[in-house]
Amino acid sequence: MGILFEDHNFSLFWHAFVQTIELSAASALLAIVLGTLLAACRVSPVPVLRAFGTVWIGVFRNTPLTLLFFAVTFGLPRVDVHLPAFLCAAVALGCYTASFVCEVLRAGINTIPIGQAEAARSLGMTFSQTLTLIVLPQAGRAVLGPMSSVFIALPRNSAIAGAFNVAELLSLQQTLSERGYAIFAIFFWIALAYLCISAAVGLAFRTLERKLAVAA
Amino acid sequence: MSSRAASVLYEVPGPRTRARYRLFGALSLVAIAGLLWYVYDQLASNGQFDAAMWSPFEYTAVQQRILDGVRDTLTAFGLAAGFSLLLGTLLATGRLSDHKPLRWAAGSVIEFFRAMPLLIMIFALYQAVFSDQPLYALVLGLTLYNGAVQAEIIRSGIEAVPRGQREAAYALGLRKSQVMMTILVPQAVRSMLPAMIGQLVVTLKDTSLGFLITYTELLYIGKLIANTTSTPHGYPYIPVVLVIAPIYILLCLALTALARWIESRGRRGSNRRTPAAA
Repeated sequence: MGILFEDHNFSLFWHAFVQTIELSAASALLAIVLGTLLAACRVSPVPVLRAFGTVWIGVFRNTPLTLLFFAVTFGLPRVDVHLPAFLCAAVALGCYTASFVCEVLRAGINTIPIGQAEAARSLGMTFSQTLTLIVLPQAGRAVLGPMSSVFIALPRNSAIAGAFNVAELLSLQQTLSERGYAIFAIFFWIALAYLCISAAVGLAFRTLERKLAVAA
Repeated sequence: MSSRAASVLYEVPGPRTRARYRLFGALSLVAIAGLLWYVYDQLASNGQFDAAMWSPFEYTAVQQRILDGVRDTLTAFGLAAGFSLLLGTLLATGRLSDHKPLRWAAGSVIEFFRAMPLLIMIFALYQAVFSDQPLYALVLGLTLYNGAVQAEIIRSGIEAVPRGQREAAYALGLRKSQVMMTILVPQAVRSMLPAMIGQLVVTLKDTSLGFLITYTELLYIGKLIANTTSTPHGYPYIPVVLVIAPIYILLCLALTALARWIESRGRRGSNRRTPAAA
């Protein structure tokens, strides 16, 4: 149990913990931006953009994350793109998660009854008013639940980065097991750290849900 | 009127808007084509389409290896899928039990394994127990994680059956197991099949984690092929990805198509028995 507090392990552990959080945050940012763009493509009136979105989602949702990490880490240097391991991991994780964000957003927009927009138009609202005052607030509330599952899964998925040269929590076990600690004890602390991150994300989303709940 | 489904985001377009949409369509087509051309050009100018890069795939031994990789991937998937559905059923039964300790135990097992990162579980199993049997570590890890998820899917499916069904069955004097088996489960299965098969697609994708614990599945074989081929432009990682990614995508799409087929069969069956309301 003392692993954490011996031999400067704590600073090592802390560094890995922060790295995991940074990686998750960077990929989450990329996933939100890219996912929103893709969702905009998928609900747009232009057929070409809709098809583009569909193909993108089809590819990224059906490709294993490990394969994406593999492609980015080993493939990009072959075309003379040399990124640090952290950025590679953020790109792979972000592109993967973006497809899930996109699907959640699209489902949210689809839940809004068309009458809402018709009513807004008959009140004389412009398109941007309809979008920002009527459609998006309702869609955002509707998707908070599924969105929280996507972003709780993200830090868990980030563990794969540890196997691709990012010094995050999972890669810590290599160092610690070389120092001769019991494997299950090491994994206990690593798992605990991931659980803390997941719990924090879950809590944040629940707070948000409570704040945005419509008064009955 | 336009036959296209109306959207909450935009109105039925008039002639000028339609022309504008066509313009946007053409512009985005050009942009996408340009992007694809740029990617192709980058790959080609770095020699990724040289014959030497692709020559390994001409050997039957390499083709056989890829097939073996697919076989090993499907083996891990089949075992994990079967065991996780079994575990899921058991855990869901526990969670729906009338006995509080059993409910509580099943609930905490589910919560624990759903929250643990799968890779951590697989790594821990691999390093501590199954050092020379990566398949066991992979299958056990996948089973524990996906079993917990499937249990929640099954539970919510059963709880989503309208309460009147259960009450009516109890009122007829059926026992709990009879209510479950003859009334609730058959109705629940239909509503939870899409979610269950969706989770199976996740299971299939996650078999590629075996790559990280040296299980000889498709991705591992791919890396092996790339590493044993040396060309003037370096190791053929990109050709390997271009060969392997479509295999994974096709496997997943096949599973999704199977789900859709089963779903449509279920619907047809129910339509036969209950004529549509006029």
